[in-house]
Parts: sequence; structure tokens; C-alpha cells
Amino acid sequence: MLMGGLILLATLLVVAPLILIFAYLIREGLGAVNLDFFTKVPAPEGETGGGLANAILGSVEMLAMASVLGVLVGVSGGIFLSEYPRHPLMPTVRMISDVLAGIPAIVMGLVAYGLIVLQFGFSGFAGALALGFLMMPIVVRTTEEVLKLVPQTVREAGLALGLPKWLVTLRIVLPAAAGGIVTGVMLALARVAGEAAPLLFTAFGNSAINLDPSKPMSALPLEIYRGATSAYDENQRLAKAGALLLITLIFLTSLLARRASRRK
Amino acid sequence: MSEPTQSRPNRLPAPASLSSRSDRLFEILILTLASVIVLVFALSIYQLGTESWPALKRFGLDFFTQRTWNPVQGSYGAVAMITGTLVTSLVALAISVPLAIASALFVAEYAPRWLANPVGYLIELLAAVPSVVYGLWALFVIAPVLSRWEQGFFQAPEKIALYTACKNLWDSGSTTLQCFFVPSSFDGRGLALAIIILTVMILPYTASVARDVIRLVPQDQREAMYALGATKWEVISRAILPYARAGIMGGVILALGRALGETLAVAMVIGDSQDALKSLFGGASTMASVIANQFGDAQEALHRSSVVTLGLTLFFLSVIVNYVARLIIGRLTPKGIQ
Repeated sequence: MLMGGLILLATLLVVAPLILIFAYLIREGLGAVNLDFFTKVPAPEGETGGGLANAILGSVEMLAMASVLGVLVGVSGGIFLSEYPRHPLMPTVRMISDVLAGIPAIVMGLVAYGLIVLQFGFSGFAGALALGFLMMPIVVRTTEEVLKLVPQTVREAGLALGLPKWLVTLRIVLPAAAGGIVTGVMLALARVAGEAAPLLFTAFGNSAINLDPSKPMSALPLEIYRGATSAYDENQRLAKAGALLLITLIFLTSLLARRASRRK
Repeated sequence: MSEPTQSRPNRLPAPASLSSRSDRLFEILILTLASVIVLVFALSIYQLGTESWPALKRFGLDFFTQRTWNPVQGSYGAVAMITGTLVTSLVALAISVPLAIASALFVAEYAPRWLANPVGYLIELLAAVPSVVYGLWALFVIAPVLSRWEQGFFQAPEKIALYTACKNLWDSGSTTLQCFFVPSSFDGRGLALAIIILTVMILPYTASVARDVIRLVPQDQREAMYALGATKWEVISRAILPYARAGIMGGVILALGRALGETLAVAMVIGDSQDALKSLFGGASTMASVIANQFGDAQEALHRSSVVTLGLTLFFLSVIVNYVARLIIGRLTPKGIQ
């Protein structure tokens, strides 16, 4: 009974930070979420008002670009691992994608810096590339897992009808696993949407609204970082509101994704 | 693409030769896209390697054994960041592992179903909170509490004398065990805050792996113990935990990998001091925090290169740690737990 009590206490300790963080952000940030928050850019330091339109748009644009890379390479990687298990390169790809999943995001930022920023300067492209690198291994893993759940008999039925393997894969196996793959992509998006570290010296941030991906671009996590470390109350308030928005979006995405995958 | 089915009624078609060309093309396409992963890995090593080269050529192995990190003098030694990274990660791990295992036991063994699922959900959400949000919360909520304690420490005159003695020691580059617990900064930022926030951040990784392996422990194992008259805790400590031990170990190493590379939350609260660790309640730095705090401002080539060398070190460290974790988890659980 004593151990049971201790275990309950430990569980409360584990869950408490989540509740405390959410409550704090609602208390401090909710007041700043209004129309201006979504339509204006941050006011110059020391002045009041403004919003995070630049960051919201930048985040959406970079995540969209990152998804192209993350989904294309990630789903292909998952197909490769699941449908070509006897291919001589398969163990290498599997091991590297596992290891890549654990590389710190900031290191991926350094890599994207070397690949893009050194030649072309800070840009939304560089930020999206870093985020795409981070998405790839997550999508590979989940795609492989759900493809393996598709019964072998389904593939055999397709092949028995005389369909070539590529058609079986694209028209029968992938659609059967589509729900799970979408879930995986959503979880990957939720994961990288909150990353600020790899954007520090790739997308760099931009205090104006910028939709041109070849120029420096802002993102929600970047503005949260800048605001939280700023000395001005107004910037801190915007950062808290931004954190509330980000965390709400991420929670909703993960909950929706998990619910969808659980129903299967 | 053309419809590749071709009927050859008189001979039994060998399935492999059916439409083999389009299959071959598809395989090449998939393989090409999949190898982007390998390419990114190789490019990362190349990129980090070439950019680290100037610093590595200049300092050699001294880079990892020298204590001074001083952009003004142009001397770069990473001892402070390496110890900072190891100390924050290992201490955070030591605090979080028992808590994580306890919460996993709660979800898998103690809680009724209606409670287990929501609590499991909450723990997974904890892993979804972005690093920068943890940093913001630590900075605005926990730092002031620590700061009050640090300032209160010096209410008594003998504590001020102690601080003065320690300050002299720190300035001369040495310290004592006692001085390690004397505050050296008073804004709440420092090693202790970094450890606290890291502990919270890595909890869910160990907790969810532990929960999954505990659920994999065969039911017979439990029933046999209960049949012998064992109490719940005896079943857990003698039948469940030993059985799940290796899997939990994999989860712990995975969490270690996270802790080593955790960047912004740590960078925001650790106080960014490159003096080798002197006080638990004072500034320090980790490899990741130095990259975040200094790479953007590093003008001088050698400074840049030294920061990238930290990135390269972190890269290899996480490759090794994650490889070991996957090895352990992969070997233990045939059904593949992430």
C-alpha cells in the first residue's frame, strides 16, 4: 500500500508540469490573443501592441515546404523498408534512419546552414530544409510500421491477379495503410512545428511579413524564443500568447492523430 | 505507364518476369528517394567535418581537454561544455528514471482503465511540448523561485563570508565541494534550473517505453506470483521489473540521447557561462546551448569552426547513444516498440 501511494505521488509529479504550463500560458497569454495577434507584426521593441502574423505565416509556409521533403522521402523510405526487406541496402537504410531520428535538431540546423545559408544567405528554404530533415526519419518509421500491418495475403491476392508489384504497392497496399501514414505525418508535423533551434541560423527570423522563401522568415517558435528572452513586457506577452497558440495546435494535432490511429 | 500484363497462355509465366521492367523502374525510384536519408546522413558528416577541420587542426585533441573557452584570446577548449552536457544529462536522468518507472507502473498496473488511458495521454502530451515553451516556463515561473532562494541564502553574515571565500577560489580557477552548493548567480538561472527542466523534458520518453515493455510482461508471470500469495508490490518487484529491466534500459538510453541534444530550453536557462562548472546555482553551458547562443554571433573563423566542432561531437555522441538504445530495444521486443 505504501508503494502504491508513492507510485501515485510520482505519477502526479510527472503529470503536474503539463497542467502547470498550460494553466500558466492560459493565464498570461490568453489576453493577448485577439484580432491584432493574427493580423499584425510585432511592435518595435519598447512599444505596445502588435501580433505574430509574420511568425504564423512563416511557420505555415516552412512546414508546408518541409512536408514535401518529409513525406516524399519518408513514405518512400517506409515503402522500401517494408516492401523490399531482402534488398541488400535495406539494413543500412533502416539503421541510418533510426540513428538520424536521434540527431539533435540544432545539429541539423548547422548542417542546413552549411548546405544553404553559406551559399545563399538566411532563407525560409534553409529553415524548411532543416525541418524536412527532422521529419524524414519519423515518417519513415511510422510508414514502415503501418505498411507491415497490411496482411501479406492482400499483397498475394493482388499478385495472383497478375498485377505487377508496383501496382500492388501503390494501388492496394498504400491505400490500405493511408490512415496510419497520415497519422504519422501529422505527428511528425506536430513534432517539428515546435522546433526553434534549427531555425535560429537558417530561417533566422523576420520582423516583417515575408512570403518569399528565399528571404529570411519568421516562425512561431522563433518569436517565442525572441520574446521570452527579451527584456520588454510587451514582447514577453506576445511570446506567451504565441506559446499558447503553438501548444494548443500541437496538442490538437497529436490528439487527433492518435484518435484516428486508435480507431483503426 | 503502360499496362504491363501480357498473357502467354501456353507457358506457365514465371511471376518474377511478369512486367519486370516497370517493377524494376519502381524499385529504382523508391530506392533513390529512400537513399536521400543515407545522403543526408553522409552530407551531415561531410559538412560538419569540413567546417570543424580548422579548429581540429589548430587544437587537435587539446580541444577536448582544455578548460578555457575564450573568443577574445582565440583559445577554445570544450571541457566546460562537455562536462556541462554530461552533468545536466546524467543528473536529470537519475532523477527522472525512478519517477518515469513509477508512472509507467501506475498506468500499466495500478490505475483502473478509465484513469490509465487519460494519464497515458497526458504523459505523451508532455513529450509534445516544444523545447522553447519549456524554456519560457522555466524562465518565468521556476527561475524567480530559485532566485528568491539564492538571495535568501545570504541573510546570515557567515554565509557572506563563505561566498567571499568561494568567490576567491572560483576566480583562481578552483573550487571545493562545499562551494559547489554556494550560489554564484542570483537570477535563478544556472545548472540547477537546467537540470530541473531537463528532468521534466525527458520523463515522458522513459515513461512511455517503460509502460510498453511492462505491458508486454506475460500475464502468467503475474498470476503465478499471485497464486503463491504474493502482494502487488512483490509481483512488481520480483516478476515484472526484472522481466522488463532490459527494455526499460533501452528507454533510459533513448532519454539520455534526448537530454544530450536538448537545446533551447537549456540554452535559455543555464546562464551561458563557459567557466568550467563551479556552482550548482550558477551559470554553466552545454554543447548544444553554446551552439545556440554563440554560432550566430561568431564572427571569427576559428570561433565558428570551434562551435561546429561541438556540433560534430554532439552528432557522434547521439549516433552512438541512439544506436545502443535501438540495439537494446530492437533485441528485446520482437514487435518493435518505438
